[in-house]
Amino acid sequence: MNIQDTAQSWSASINELTLGATSAEGGTRAKTVTIGGGKCIPWLAYEGSVGHRPAIAVEVWDAGMGAWPAALLEQYGDATSDAATWAKKAVELGADIVALRLMGTHPDMGDASPDEAAATVKAVLDAVDVPLIVWGCDVEEKDNTVLPKCCEAAKGENCLFGTIKEKNYRTLVASCLADGHKLIAESPLDINIAKQVNILAHDVGFPLENLVIFPTTAALGYGLEYVFSIMERGRLAALGGDPLLQQPVLCDVGLQAWRAKEAVASEEALPGFGPAAERGPLWETISATNYLQAGADILVLRHPAAITTTRDAIDRLVEGAAALAV
Amino acid sequence: MALSGLDIYKHLPKENCKECGLATCLAFAMKVAGGQATLDACPRLDDGAKAALGEASAPPQQLVTIGSGDHAVKIGQETVLFRHDDKFYHPCAVAICVDDTLDGDAMGERCKAIGALSFDRMGTTSAVGLLALHNTSGDVQRFAQAAKAAAVASDKPLVLISPDADALRAAGEATADGRPLLWIKDAVENGDAAIAVAKDLSLPLCLEAPDFDSLAALAEKARDAGLKELVLSPGPVGAAEGLSFLSQSRRAAIEKKFRPMGFPVAMVAMGEDPVETTVDACWYTLKYAGIIVTNLSSPEQLLAVLTTRQDIYTNPQVPVQVEPGLHTIGDPGADAPVLVTTNFALSYYSVESEVESSRIPAYVLAVDTEGTSVLTAWAAEKLTAATITEALTQCGVGGKIDHKKLILPGLVAVLSGSVADESGWEILVGPREASGIVSYLKNQWKP
Repeated sequence: MNIQDTAQSWSASINELTLGATSAEGGTRAKTVTIGGGKCIPWLAYEGSVGHRPAIAVEVWDAGMGAWPAALLEQYGDATSDAATWAKKAVELGADIVALRLMGTHPDMGDASPDEAAATVKAVLDAVDVPLIVWGCDVEEKDNTVLPKCCEAAKGENCLFGTIKEKNYRTLVASCLADGHKLIAESPLDINIAKQVNILAHDVGFPLENLVIFPTTAALGYGLEYVFSIMERGRLAALGGDPLLQQPVLCDVGLQAWRAKEAVASEEALPGFGPAAERGPLWETISATNYLQAGADILVLRHPAAITTTRDAIDRLVEGAAALAV
Repeated sequence: MALSGLDIYKHLPKENCKECGLATCLAFAMKVAGGQATLDACPRLDDGAKAALGEASAPPQQLVTIGSGDHAVKIGQETVLFRHDDKFYHPCAVAICVDDTLDGDAMGERCKAIGALSFDRMGTTSAVGLLALHNTSGDVQRFAQAAKAAAVASDKPLVLISPDADALRAAGEATADGRPLLWIKDAVENGDAAIAVAKDLSLPLCLEAPDFDSLAALAEKARDAGLKELVLSPGPVGAAEGLSFLSQSRRAAIEKKFRPMGFPVAMVAMGEDPVETTVDACWYTLKYAGIIVTNLSSPEQLLAVLTTRQDIYTNPQVPVQVEPGLHTIGDPGADAPVLVTTNFALSYYSVESEVESSRIPAYVLAVDTEGTSVLTAWAAEKLTAATITEALTQCGVGGKIDHKKLILPGLVAVLSGSVADESGWEILVGPREASGIVSYLKNQWKP
């Protein structure tokens, strides 16, 4: 048999989605980032286009970074004093996108007001020229007051806002529609709910092409296989033509990887598991790079070493795919 | 043409003798049809039936056993491309590569270090499975001696790698009891001689050649020569190329039933940069490798590869569970804390390992939620005031301690009132994440 006989051909592809807007497009970004477009099982270039390069988003908090493991925080030194400085550092480290998480708006972590949060978003937009992801603090009532203000403050910048969920989507969908932003649709490891959230957003007028799927993320060793299989099933359905699963996929890796004991525990606590200084960033890297094989389009990361090694891994896949493409 | 279980059953003795290990002939037939058993396992099958069923009943990918006894490693006989369609059956074997140029003492040290690459997490031990000996010296006798030394110093089955069939014969003969895997490099040139060696010594053989067509032709030759247990390898290639080969060969074997590709695939992850090599090894693990030969040596790197393996080979049809009920950590006294979680393995072991880290002896009550996590169980009403109270009463922890305080996971703080009412215990709300347990027990817990 000929090896090409094993290639599958697909009728559809992952949506292309662009974040950020240049001055010509009504924003102030120096460049935009386009993701998605894959028309094959991830990285099988002989089947079809592998699509755009997966993007690396680097996480920045406005407050509450005491929750970060010390080994991680010390990598950023003084840069975490305010979100704008931290964002600049993220870009220096190679961020394609800055992922601003407004933890300072959390009732237990400073309870910053919507106006204060909007000012932070403005400050970060002024400090860096890459596209932005803006996450709320995951307290729904608070997010519903904070994020609309932030949408307005970032009007025209074509940011990615998150997240909408099955039970809480109307407020943020309306704001993002009004102010021209994209949306992260979150679902709890459930492919049917992933579709449902997309349907709900679409029913109130939000274009399916402007959504990113966030199927929730698990760290290596903590249920990664659940997420991996959900992503594989979603990719197969998308390539087969299901418009409710053709959205690019985001993996929130850094947050989860640095919750894992294997990432943070000292060598004394985990004898025989290798030095913590190497183990932590490696845990984050592998949590991220493994998802590349299931079709991740955006990886949200934290540790500088993980950012570098993940970027290298993406380079090798992209270059390899170009060499193999028919 | 695939046969159904009933097609196969017609040809079986129908005596339900159980000698195949299954209760009935029909059960055996279903296993064979599913690619999870071979006809060889039936000792009473007559020649007529064998001829009638023949190749059509063989699993699409051959099972290969390397080594003997307790440390034997089985790879192959996979049935799907995506684990959600069934599951992955035989976890890929990680082989650490050692040069035959190491002298006796150094070989002993290296084997010891490789033996230490074993990790206990989530109630399971994961370890490096194989030791790959590379004929770096190019010398036949040296290779055979090194193989012997490695077989003495290590209990891992061996993979003997050389481009020289004579070297494979010498080393294979020296260690034949341990049933090593012979691996012939440059098999397009050297394959014929190596096939003869594998046949003479009755050992499994890995054929390494750089392209699909050469490998298919070599596998056909080996099959014609009567070899059954084969492994195929594209040798050292870049990750993108390696991943393509893995997918193509798996699809050819399983979906196209292309017999020459019906064997497990061995990959080589031997880069200069250890992080890059770890990434590659994990990718190969996720995407179908049967063996990974690597030069990785640091524990954290192997831990990452073996954890990726542990994850992807988890059976998606069965939630991983622990025994419901009371678990004891350390030597808890009458004032020890009692923490509630579910019997979902990831939840339970996350809690257990954090309690262990705190060095505070404790009881952990794993409520039977049919293996679902805290939030999922709560949403499905499997973790409720009633189920928690029932588990608490049945486990008898009340008789072992002199307080009545129960620590609930922070994620289900909402249950505090109802559990307190139902059980009559004082309810404390613990952290939302297991990672908060150490600090909670040290700073907030008071009996």
